[in-house]
Amino acid sequence: MPTLKIPTPLRPYAEGQSTLTLPGEVVEEVLEGAIETYPMLKKHLFNDEGKLRPFVNLFLGEENVNQLEGLKTPLSDGDTLMIIPSIAGG
Amino acid sequence: MKIHIPSHLLDQIQSHGENAYPYEGAGLMLGQEENGKRTVENLLFLENAREEENQHNRYLITAEDMLLGEKEAARLSSSILGIFHSHPDHPNRPSEYDREFAIPWYSYLITSVNNAKATGSRCWRLENDRESFSEEIIQVISNKLK
Repeated sequence: MPTLKIPTPLRPYAEGQSTLTLPGEVVEEVLEGAIETYPMLKKHLFNDEGKLRPFVNLFLGEENVNQLEGLKTPLSDGDTLMIIPSIAGG
Repeated sequence: MKIHIPSHLLDQIQSHGENAYPYEGAGLMLGQEENGKRTVENLLFLENAREEENQHNRYLITAEDMLLGEKEAARLSSSILGIFHSHPDHPNRPSEYDREFAIPWYSYLITSVNNAKATGSRCWRLENDRESFSEEIIQVISNKLK
């Protein structure tokens, strides 16, 4: 099963877990599994329209899944998916 | 809430803000959090990825740079505790734009830089409801950690 790495700011919403191992053949299914297990993650990952928040990025190894097939990017057993926020301010 | 920062690292943050003037400079604070006590141990200075015409009042740390930060933190057995950035010719309080884009949990250290001279730093954390920031007291420690 793929592994999902949770960044420190989101761990309080996943009972402190840094890594989740979840079933899923594409990125979207792994995220759905994470939210099903830890519903409080949802509002921090998705906006009210169900779209990924702009500062939420997903990396498969070194690659941003936006440069692959987005939420439909296929995953294999043993893949590590990382949630990485981008940071903006003024 | 307190964040402990060795004085030489706070000096480096403020120098970085002065060198970036009149633009905003930014980077990551890496370190430890144990029982709610945060201690900064390392800094990662990053490029402000905003387009140049907006760098005087905006900063951006890309996901690729955050990935670099996560890897560096893992290498040092530490965590990304937060983000530092400068406010050229503005107070060291979070702007509305800061609030809009901030993420709870991270420490946001802001240095005011007036006429290319750092005049003070304050640190803030976004409340979980995302409505406001609370100040996190900066405790400067004089001994170098490493």
